[in-house]
Amino acid sequence: MKAYKTIKSKVMPLPLKDVDTDMIIPAQFMTSISRDGYGENLFVRLRQADPQFPSNQEKYKGAEIIVADHNFGCGSSREHAVWALDGAGFKAVVAKSFADIFAGNSAKNGFLLVVLPEEIIDRILLEGRSGSYELSIDLEKQTVRLADGTEVSFEYNPFRKHCLLNGLDDIDYILSFKDEIKAFKDKSALTQK
Amino acid sequence: MANTDTQKKSSKESSKNSALNIIDKIWNAHVVKQLEGHPAVLSIDLMLIHEVTSAQAFQTIDQKGLKVFAPSALLATIDHSIPTRKNRHEIFDEAARVQVETLRQNCKNHGIAFMDFDSGNQGIVHVVGPELGATQPGMTVVCGDSHTSTHGAFGALAFGIGTSEVGHVLATGCLLQEKPKTMKVEFKGNFKIGVYAKDAILALIGEIGIGGATGHVIEYTGDAIRAMSMEERMTVCNMSIECGARAGLIAPDEKAYSYIKGRRYAPVASIWDKAVERWNSFKSDAGACYDQNLTIDLDNLGPMITWGTNPGQAAQLSQAVPSPSDFSDPAKKVATEKALDYVGLEAGAQLTGTPVDWAFVGSCTNGRIEDLRIAAGILKGRKVNPNVTFYVVPGSEVVMAQAQKEGLDVIFTEAGAQFRMPGCSLCLGMNDDKVPAGKRCVSSSNRNFMGRQGPGSVTHLASPATVAASAIEGKLTSPVDYLPKA
Repeated sequence: MKAYKTIKSKVMPLPLKDVDTDMIIPAQFMTSISRDGYGENLFVRLRQADPQFPSNQEKYKGAEIIVADHNFGCGSSREHAVWALDGAGFKAVVAKSFADIFAGNSAKNGFLLVVLPEEIIDRILLEGRSGSYELSIDLEKQTVRLADGTEVSFEYNPFRKHCLLNGLDDIDYILSFKDEIKAFKDKSALTQK
Repeated sequence: MANTDTQKKSSKESSKNSALNIIDKIWNAHVVKQLEGHPAVLSIDLMLIHEVTSAQAFQTIDQKGLKVFAPSALLATIDHSIPTRKNRHEIFDEAARVQVETLRQNCKNHGIAFMDFDSGNQGIVHVVGPELGATQPGMTVVCGDSHTSTHGAFGALAFGIGTSEVGHVLATGCLLQEKPKTMKVEFKGNFKIGVYAKDAILALIGEIGIGGATGHVIEYTGDAIRAMSMEERMTVCNMSIECGARAGLIAPDEKAYSYIKGRRYAPVASIWDKAVERWNSFKSDAGACYDQNLTIDLDNLGPMITWGTNPGQAAQLSQAVPSPSDFSDPAKKVATEKALDYVGLEAGAQLTGTPVDWAFVGSCTNGRIEDLRIAAGILKGRKVNPNVTFYVVPGSEVVMAQAQKEGLDVIFTEAGAQFRMPGCSLCLGMNDDKVPAGKRCVSSSNRNFMGRQGPGSVTHLASPATVAASAIEGKLTSPVDYLPKA
């Protein structure tokens, strides 16, 4: 699981609320048994419908950070949404808020999600239209440096941060309690007999 | 009309207050370990598995050289990417064929119960679990699918997870989880004729929006909930995710116990009473606290329909299409404009009378026998409009067999609808069943996102009764006039 400690990149502004996981990767493209190959279909329907959709615009090519509005990643639990973002070359999404399951899936893949205050997101969405607006994200320090040099702090779950920065796997963590899990499950089974 | 009364509690008082709600109780009963500042290691009682979100999870444990922790706590079936035509064994889409075969092999290799085609129990995963009595009160239930919340109808803490977490449960029987916030939603009053559980949950989502319950697990309470059958409760809990909730549940009662009794994975007779006694402990104490409280009044609720491109863009069928200028919030204005543009509706136009091209009764939301009976009751002796393609897709082989036994399949085909094989079908445009571009579908499923049922298609979510009435007329129609008067 790759973990980006710092990310510095121009942004692709996505001034949409409620970007759902069907928009991010339609179900039609989920028949693969691999974690790869979804990047080319990221936002495919929106790209097809609107020549002006940000992913279609030359000025945003090479952007590794998406900036979005509230409730990014809502809808289906498909982890394929994270794989599509990652496969398309994005390393982070900075937004006003995220949907729960999408947030969990992102953490499991080392894909960084940052919540910033509404006014700041609105400012970045506007100024980001230049196609050359850069953000620097530092997960260790939990700060985002805006293009004008202002530093903004963000909250991040300490445990998830620790796992991301150290490339730790949930399975290894859980299995470190293997004996307790077995004892717990055996006891539960007994109480139900 | 739906009435809401939102009270935010500033902080949960449970540390001072010994009264616990059902979510607290299930949570407490399943925490194996929790270190300071770490998420809890939560024991998972049941994981349901389907072909779309499991292959990569099995690859992970195979690559790590791990065995499946507890095969007996797993149950698999095929539903999302399979065809629903009669000769469905022949899967033409190569990738889908591989997906199905991969799950079949994985279950064989790891000793996991697999409800295959013609097992008598294949179907949509959230129809199959309860049918087999696998879903029980007080359990933690997960699946790589967001509509896992369905199982909350039995008083289980049931939620959707991603493929990586499917792998975690395969390997460890546990998940790392942060304790969710809680929301109590009370449904008061009685359904009018032609109004059903689907309309009630659409009313809630319409009221609080698709992010309204993010971070929360909802407990549904109230006389209206108690009066609902188990299938109706499953419809309500199923769509909890559509208002952003992690899960939604209903405290178990005699209806839940009667439903479970005698099913394949139900507690056997010798331990039945003990099981019920234990299940009875999973109810909220009087005076228990929640982070949010809401009331929805059903007395004045009419049949609902979604008009836009997310489940929160819903209104009563008797109303007009909203206008962007109805909303003061600029983001909602823009969202309404974009939605109306996509769905091709004019602000101010009557919703009833909107022509439809396709109709669908099915899905994990409304694909059970009671849903089929309601639709058949409306279609009996009537004909589907010749311009409408209507799929009726039973949620499982059990539902299909029951429908055939009751002669519902004959009613559907004589009316001009297609009675198909069990699966997710038209819900998500993933298998062969898709609504063509530019066509409008009235659907008993759970999501109306842009292109959900097929690229360029438009979806209007509704109850099976509304779907059936609309299919007859060839336009969005209230079911009220098609039902016997009280």
